[in-house]
Amino acid sequence: MKWESNDMKEYKADMHIHTCLSPCAELEMSPRNVIKEAKKKGLDIIGICDHNSAENFSAFERSASSEGIKAIGGIEITSREEVHILGLFGCDKDLFSMQETVYSSLDGVNDEERYGLQVVVNEDDEVLGYNNKLLIGATALSVEEVVDLIHSLNGIAIASHVDREGFSIITQLGFIPEGLELDALEIMEPALRNTINPGADCVFITSSDAHVINDIGKRYSCFFMKESTFEEICKCFCKENGREVII
Amino acid sequence: MKIRDIVKTLGLQVISGAEFLETEVTGGYAGDLLSDVLANSEEGYVWITLQIHHNIIAVASSKELSGIIIVNDRKPEEETLKKAEEEKIPVMISHLLTYEVAGKLYEMGIK
Repeated sequence: MKWESNDMKEYKADMHIHTCLSPCAELEMSPRNVIKEAKKKGLDIIGICDHNSAENFSAFERSASSEGIKAIGGIEITSREEVHILGLFGCDKDLFSMQETVYSSLDGVNDEERYGLQVVVNEDDEVLGYNNKLLIGATALSVEEVVDLIHSLNGIAIASHVDREGFSIITQLGFIPEGLELDALEIMEPALRNTINPGADCVFITSSDAHVINDIGKRYSCFFMKESTFEEICKCFCKENGREVII
Repeated sequence: MKIRDIVKTLGLQVISGAEFLETEVTGGYAGDLLSDVLANSEEGYVWITLQIHHNIIAVASSKELSGIIIVNDRKPEEETLKKAEEEKIPVMISHLLTYEVAGKLYEMGIK
């Protein structure tokens, strides 16, 4: 542990984990399996971020809390430019309000054979149903609209995997648009962070973007803060009173 | 070949930079990944894309492209038009798709 001072300490967080609801994730990404693996990897906090939906969050939250893990509800939203943006939220009301807006701007029906199953589950790993929206598709919202909507619902907006080829803001838009108020950039190779958006003072996180069980926690960030709450995480992104995100 | 000739032949709607249509066109590029356009387009190229985000103007400006043709009748964001005026970049709209626009430009001799 790098730091332990005052009343703050490091919390190990993997903020970008998909569940069996994402068509591209494995069916094994059920609440029991994910939480068991998170526990095994020593994670204190996990972010549940499926593509364009949050329908599995409540099941994962219940399963996580029974194991003493803090689950944060999120959505990995696809903008109309095909940029992936993570929205993380502090309460169900904000999370599901975001989901409603995403759904209303997302066309199409899933083709399970081509894209994969979109399984909605409960905390006991029982199948409740199948989401039939084209979750793999792009919304009609611009990146600016996505970020503004997340902020209007008191959420945290993070550009996903900025150093990847696919669906990253830098590949899709060439560079990070001026004035876009992202709270952080997610990077898969933390060593490369000085090459991303040079000159700007950015907060970086790293996470697994796990679609299979083994990947959970293979990358994680440490939040140096007082307790594992969404409010404290927000303060980490603002570097408030010595709090910080360590990657 | 000038941007004006392309506008006329393809029946494009000019939505910004109407006073800069005399720019010489040196070639063409089609792409929707802006990182790819930054890497591979060259000065004077006319660029065919379906992206409408305002970053397209910065890309066209930094690569000194002669103009942007937005396909499939997509309408650019307001911010895109504002920046296009500032950067003096002609932005044109076509009801055709990328493949068709590229084919027509090729037929016109832009190779």
